[in-house]
Amino acid sequence: MSHAIQAERPVFGPRIARFGLYAFLIASAAFFLLPLLLIISNSLKPLEEIRQGNLLALPVRPTFDAWITAWKSACTELECGGVRPGLWNSIKIAIPSVAISTLVGALNGYALAQWKSRRANLIMLLITIGLFIPYQAMLYPTVKILSSMGLFRTYAGIVLVHVIYGLPYTTLLFRNFYVGVPDEISRAARMEGASFLRTFWSVILPISTNILVVVAILQFTGIWNDYLLGLIFAGNDNLPMTVQLTNIVNNARGSVSPNVNMAAAVITAVPTLVVYFLSGRYFVRGIAAGAVKG
Amino acid sequence: MKTWLHRQTFKPDITVAVFFGVVAIFFYGSILWTFYMSLTRSTLMPNYAVVGLDQYVKLFTNYRWLVSCLNMVIFGVLFIVGTLGFGTILAIFADRRIQAESLFRTIFLYPLAVSLIVTGLSWRWVLDPVNGLQGLMRNAGWENFTFDWLTNPDRAIYTLVIASIWHSSGLVMVIVLAGLRGVDNDLWKAIRMEGIPLWRAYLQVIFPGMRPVIASCVVLLMSEVIRGYDLVIAMTKGGPGIATEMPAKFAVDFYFARVNLGLASAASIVMLMLSLLMLLPYFYSEFRKRT
Amino acid sequence: MSSVSIRQIRKSFAGLTVLDSVDMEIAPGEFVVILGSSGCGKSTLLNVIAGLDDCDSGQILINDVDVSGLEPSQRGLAMVFQSYALFPAMTVRRNLSFGMEIAGTPKAKIAEKVAWAAKLLQIEALLERKPSQLSGGQRQRVAIGRALVRSSSICLFDEPLSNLDAKLRAETRVELKELHETLKSTMIYVTHDQIEAMTMADRVAVMHKGRVEQFAEPQKVYEKPASLFVAGFIGSPAMNFLKGYLEGTRRFKTHDVSLDASSYGFATGPAAEEAILGIRCEDVNVVERGAPDSIPATLAFTELLGADALGWFDCLGQRFSVKLTIDAARTMQKDVGFRFNMSKASFFSAATERRL
Repeated sequence: MSHAIQAERPVFGPRIARFGLYAFLIASAAFFLLPLLLIISNSLKPLEEIRQGNLLALPVRPTFDAWITAWKSACTELECGGVRPGLWNSIKIAIPSVAISTLVGALNGYALAQWKSRRANLIMLLITIGLFIPYQAMLYPTVKILSSMGLFRTYAGIVLVHVIYGLPYTTLLFRNFYVGVPDEISRAARMEGASFLRTFWSVILPISTNILVVVAILQFTGIWNDYLLGLIFAGNDNLPMTVQLTNIVNNARGSVSPNVNMAAAVITAVPTLVVYFLSGRYFVRGIAAGAVKG
Repeated sequence: MKTWLHRQTFKPDITVAVFFGVVAIFFYGSILWTFYMSLTRSTLMPNYAVVGLDQYVKLFTNYRWLVSCLNMVIFGVLFIVGTLGFGTILAIFADRRIQAESLFRTIFLYPLAVSLIVTGLSWRWVLDPVNGLQGLMRNAGWENFTFDWLTNPDRAIYTLVIASIWHSSGLVMVIVLAGLRGVDNDLWKAIRMEGIPLWRAYLQVIFPGMRPVIASCVVLLMSEVIRGYDLVIAMTKGGPGIATEMPAKFAVDFYFARVNLGLASAASIVMLMLSLLMLLPYFYSEFRKRT
Repeated sequence: MSSVSIRQIRKSFAGLTVLDSVDMEIAPGEFVVILGSSGCGKSTLLNVIAGLDDCDSGQILINDVDVSGLEPSQRGLAMVFQSYALFPAMTVRRNLSFGMEIAGTPKAKIAEKVAWAAKLLQIEALLERKPSQLSGGQRQRVAIGRALVRSSSICLFDEPLSNLDAKLRAETRVELKELHETLKSTMIYVTHDQIEAMTMADRVAVMHKGRVEQFAEPQKVYEKPASLFVAGFIGSPAMNFLKGYLEGTRRFKTHDVSLDASSYGFATGPAAEEAILGIRCEDVNVVERGAPDSIPATLAFTELLGADALGWFDCLGQRFSVKLTIDAARTMQKDVGFRFNMSKASFFSAATERRL
């Protein structure tokens, strides 16, 4: 596909320019890969090798000791369970949050795409602005609302917060998709006597698999990588991995074993990286779609 | 009434109403509440007596806040210019029939999947003066090599810029690349027929046509700047001293650690205003186009 | 078979009148075509009949029962959409049965109806396919099938042929007409295509700016257009028009020429007024220049259309189209005269633009 599209793009003429182009690309690739490779390589070193201080050197005697420590016995100020409980918490938080915010976002997006009113533009504007509101301007009241419902610092609470804060985003992504679906399909379903929800479930959802995957991936990445909301709303029993990781790294005792910290960081990054590498095309499409918001 | 209810089951209105209710309460209601708090003398406990703009006066005489704002401006300008420039160059190069395009793209994009926390920690280790780059060079015999930006109060902010450019350039690349791929082949043919040099073609023909794409990049990056919290926490914790404090961190600190609700609310409202102010031109053009 | 009554339907949107007091009485089993250019309100009218769009005031009666407050699915009618609107994720069979499934129809009954429609439309072989695996014409059939399964008493069509290529369109037109003969159902068919209207309709409703300009048999619409708009809209090439003054003595004066209009069947009594004469290209006789009672005309160019030809003349400062035989077109002189067949002409009031 790309070749057909790019057929008219003139190639850089002189050889030397072509060489420069690749030199730049390779240098950029090195810049992007550097931190990840350094951390992985150093996390595989035993502590003595780290002490010798050569960051760039490859591990002489690679070992997974640091990984094992990071996984199950690295210490925060409070406990020494490694990142394992954090991983479990993050999974526990991410799965329902992603599922609910994606599905509800799909329903809302479809409703908004169907909703013909003179106020539609105003509502869209308000929702789009919602994407750009700094969390700080909503944090305290959200804490209060959740407290009054008895959900502050609970598992249900953090899921609810992720769902609600994620809804404007998922809704807009779906709306932009559904606006492109011909109106007549919904009208035909209505002629057949299908209610709004029935139409959504039987007719619209089955043709939405691609966008569902895209949105779910974006939501998963966002929720897995969240730090602030987890810190505030999850409560000590449900701290997600990112929070667990910073607690381990910032623990005074932990700072003496950087290989363990690095291993913990890699473990934290692995799930989203796996999703990224497995779903590259969808991920890219999602970013491109999400960028042209509104 | 019954038939009205029945007919509603065929319409999207109820779903829209419920959704908008949630947005109105949790987003706009919360903002109003925060705004109200910013007008009170609340500290540890909420205090609902309105005292006017006292908190804002306190805020803008607070040295730490002013430093935060200045930091945000320095960081924001460098980050946006750097990311936009770097990402755009990558996009242009990737659009020029290169070998192994998808490999390069995979490499340029993966930081987007990495959390800002891990990004910050990684760069903190890489740039660490003792164990990182500087130590490495000195061990290699380059005794006077100095790269201590992370611990240098005058330079620490630039390490944040490096890490965030690393994190976000891929985003700009993808968006600009999508825009470039959308350029009509006939336009390229015309450029060739006219014999326009490549750099002028991009600068004067291609990019002016992609203004909305660039604008949405800028908007996305700006909102990242104003929200920027995780990266600071992971990388510098605002230090050394208060050299890398940011408004987002200021607000969270005063909400939860220092418990001064009124001041934190005022800071949040100022952040919100800044966001809206920056978004205003974008939204204006977007929604005028549509109606 | 059901009757449909449309009474005083009004609808405006964002300050724009989309439907302006539309009245229509459609008899059971009638094939009615609603004809108009885009934006005339014809599709909106169809959607109002279906119940998919709300109107501001007025009533829709089906078999003399007011259905204005009912859901589309409760009105006992079916609809074929322009883009077919097949449910993309469902097989053809499921597309046909979905509505009955929702209505809780017994399985055996569903299977029976699906089989009936599939046989009628010859789509039995396609039942297990998805819409994306069908050609345009096949999708068309499935869409009609879905409508038939739903209701064979009233069926609404929203420009159902506009996405087909010319050949398929002509074939499907015939098939639809045959289907109507077989089922004897009431059909309301919206289109912008005159040929569809002329060939299929029992009666045509010509719409313009939200109003029904004329509702009559196709031939009558062609021969005796009720308004200047209908006259100009129907027929290709368009009717020739001449502005002038109609004297009480039944003479039409224009550009120093006085024409005898006494053979024209006026609907109203004699009155003197500004009027417009409309005359179709086949009602102009070309005679020699200077022949008695003729108007001088000059040939501009001719178009040979295969079976016959069209001559374009300048006459009284106006461009006229005249239907000619091929032979006549080949030997046509430059300077000729026109004689109008006044008994087939149309007069319109310049003030009201209605037929006189």
